[in-house]
Amino acid sequence: MSADQLIPLIFGRLTWEALPLHEPILVVTMIVVALGGVALLGALTYFKLWGYLWKEWFTTVDHKKIGIMYMILGIIMLLRGFADAIMMRIQQAIAFGGSEGYLNAHHYDQIFTAHGVIMIFFVAMPLVTGLMNYVVPLQIGARDVSFPFLNNFSFWMTTAGAIIIMASLFVGEFARTGWLAYPPLSGIGYSPGVGVDYYIWALQIAGVGTTLSGINLIATIVKMRAPGMGLMKMPVFTWTSLCTNVLIVASFPVLTAVLALLTLDRYVGTNFFTNDFGGNPMMYVNLIWIWGHPEVYILILPLFGVFSEVASTFSGKKLFGYTSMVYATVVITILSYLVWLHHFFTMGSGASVNSFFGITTMIISIPTGAKIFNWLFTMYRGRIRFELPMMWLVAFMLTFVIGGMTGVLLAVPPADFVLHNSLFLIAHFHNVIIGGVLFGLFAGINFWFPKAFGFKLDKTWGLVSFWCWIVGFWLAFAPLYVLGLMGVTRRMRVFDDPSLQIWFVIAAIGAAVIAVGILAFLIQIAVSILNRDKLRDTDGDPWGGRTLEWATSSPPPDYNFAFTPVIHDSDAWWDMKKRGYKRPAKGFRDIHMPKNTGTGVIISGLCLVMGLALVWYIWWLAALSFLAVLVVSIAHTFNYDRDYHIPADEVRETEETFERRLKATEA
Amino acid sequence: MSATAVKTASNPLDDKTVFYLEEEPHHEEGASTMLGFWLYLMSDCLIFAMLFAVFGVLGGNYAAGPGPKELFDLELVALNTAMLLFSSITYGFAMLAMDRNNQRQTLAWLAITGLFGLAFLGIELYEFGHLIHEGATPQRSAFLSSFFTLVGTHGLHVTFGIIWLVTLMVQVSMKGLIPANKRRLMCLSMFWHFLDVIWIGVFTFVYLLGMLR
Repeated sequence: MSADQLIPLIFGRLTWEALPLHEPILVVTMIVVALGGVALLGALTYFKLWGYLWKEWFTTVDHKKIGIMYMILGIIMLLRGFADAIMMRIQQAIAFGGSEGYLNAHHYDQIFTAHGVIMIFFVAMPLVTGLMNYVVPLQIGARDVSFPFLNNFSFWMTTAGAIIIMASLFVGEFARTGWLAYPPLSGIGYSPGVGVDYYIWALQIAGVGTTLSGINLIATIVKMRAPGMGLMKMPVFTWTSLCTNVLIVASFPVLTAVLALLTLDRYVGTNFFTNDFGGNPMMYVNLIWIWGHPEVYILILPLFGVFSEVASTFSGKKLFGYTSMVYATVVITILSYLVWLHHFFTMGSGASVNSFFGITTMIISIPTGAKIFNWLFTMYRGRIRFELPMMWLVAFMLTFVIGGMTGVLLAVPPADFVLHNSLFLIAHFHNVIIGGVLFGLFAGINFWFPKAFGFKLDKTWGLVSFWCWIVGFWLAFAPLYVLGLMGVTRRMRVFDDPSLQIWFVIAAIGAAVIAVGILAFLIQIAVSILNRDKLRDTDGDPWGGRTLEWATSSPPPDYNFAFTPVIHDSDAWWDMKKRGYKRPAKGFRDIHMPKNTGTGVIISGLCLVMGLALVWYIWWLAALSFLAVLVVSIAHTFNYDRDYHIPADEVRETEETFERRLKATEA
Repeated sequence: MSATAVKTASNPLDDKTVFYLEEEPHHEEGASTMLGFWLYLMSDCLIFAMLFAVFGVLGGNYAAGPGPKELFDLELVALNTAMLLFSSITYGFAMLAMDRNNQRQTLAWLAITGLFGLAFLGIELYEFGHLIHEGATPQRSAFLSSFFTLVGTHGLHVTFGIIWLVTLMVQVSMKGLIPANKRRLMCLSMFWHFLDVIWIGVFTFVYLLGMLR
């Protein structure tokens, strides 16, 4: 066998040309990332942190640490996703009057695809999952989730997906198809490169993690609630998390299936979504939106929960309309499966089908509106404290309602025929995703940060970040509503009509303001770490909280609760405080806990290798790593010794330390 | 009243002054496993639902190629169905033996189940080989793409089921019928019967209705 035959056998279609050396922007990025990476790895080695990271974090099965790792992943990916956003804004602001801008079509198309994929799958999803992971077990008085190992594995699968998508930046290319990779464009005929394959394997691998984490959290909420916490005594955030995870388990398999079919079309040459041999591309669009619409509720529902907790805590009142809030959440959960077709009214399914989906879409605004009124009535006659989470709540209500109304507008099929795929649509969904999901995440992060780390976040920098986000958001997206109404479509790289330019310039300025907001958020974290002694949360309940997570110290001990709490009220901790609860001082017992394990990291690492091998057609490596996944998974099941006990003495010591700190604060 | 008061009421929930349990509540090891596995099965069921739906849409798109009448041999498929149904019965016997804590019988019935599973796979592979040999490949038409994918995904599940079965047989021989192993056998039992249910759908929807199409 000659070298010409051998090299493709070993390396598949991976060649030196895969390195994008002809793209100066990418070369500079690559150098910066490489230098930063080397500096980070060097620092970790120099300070001998590898052992600590491996033992305390990477292999942890503690839901709190896994939650924090999800948040870190989400924030890192936010920077990448935002870099894509601001590049698009700059390109569109300057590509007028014959100018080609600074991004060629090949690069620009990858950027808008990557921006969407990253923001949804690797920013919003990890951040939402991270919050649920951290908070839900604490809110229901549990020691951990139902399946702690699976939790660790889910996180690393999500991370493996993120790594695959990041790899596409420097080796080969990413998809140029838009974030849902519609065929036939994403088929092998029109996208013969590795871009769509990167897309497929990043999402498939991360999707496994998401589905498993959904199953895990449902089982946790159903099975592990403290005694007395009936379903209608669950905190609202736990309720919305339950509904979200039901949505995850009921929708992600659809994504898995439809991507698998696209994979078969691309790798095996089947004809599911092809134009010939009986394939049907519109079926892909239907199937992917059957996942895709529930997905947007997967993102927003947990944040509705966050806002409910924030509204009642900072108004010093019980949530107004708890029951209606729960039913609204459940109704949204169900309705979210009955609206998918509104994403492609223009497919031409006829008046009756379009009317059905238009009406179901409009109906969703009813439970959502009920929620808005519940928050308002919670604030009404409350003792409102304008801490950061509360400010995000107010900004959310003002912003989200407008996004919701433009959504109802788009739900009218005849209007949608005009606005389909226009910038009006882009403005609408950013209005609800930034104004809802992202604002909610910032509320949640500011709210629970002291619980997770033992000190509050700095308010001044928090306010800078807050105002930059609000102003930046409206500057960036109000012009897109205008442009959309004028008929400008999405994903354009250059423009002919010079009268449009001013709107794009304003939008770019808005993006720059948001950039300051993100920077201020990072500074807020840094400043808070530096000033942590002043911002210290000594009693574990910095906001006068109402739910069970505030009953623990900040940060909570590994075992969360020394004794299993008994619940008498939906605001359990508020009820305990009101009726003279005293912390138990004696009678501590050994606590049964799961052991850390590295298996999750190893299997996910092997899946990562398998994914990259499949992208590059390196068949031997794909087969080998698949086999290794199988072997490691089976070997893992031979380990029956998975837990240990925290001795009662250690529990007593931890609890007494906290007790002393509480006394010191009171004194 | 002090919250540290020893719980006196028979049910701590009735006593509003009890804020925590003094005794660690007895959490059965792996109490959530069955629920968790059910949830997994439902998510898997959705994948099959999608594949059935795709077959429903594309099942008539022969693209001037062969259709079910020319391709399917119902007698062979009936034999195959029998293999899988028998394997479900024998798995049931394995569970009954497990209930009696009879390790030897459990293992024997599991082995028989595995053999039926292998027979099913063998016949399926023979059928696939035959179809491909006749030029009815997955690439030939959308009908064949969706047929091979639906039936093949089921076959792939049976393959993993057999790997799992062998693993569990080894583990039962090593550790005996300890609670952890019983739980695992219960999970595989659900998985195995689930595949049976899916197959009944395939047999009816793909083969029988295909012949009528």
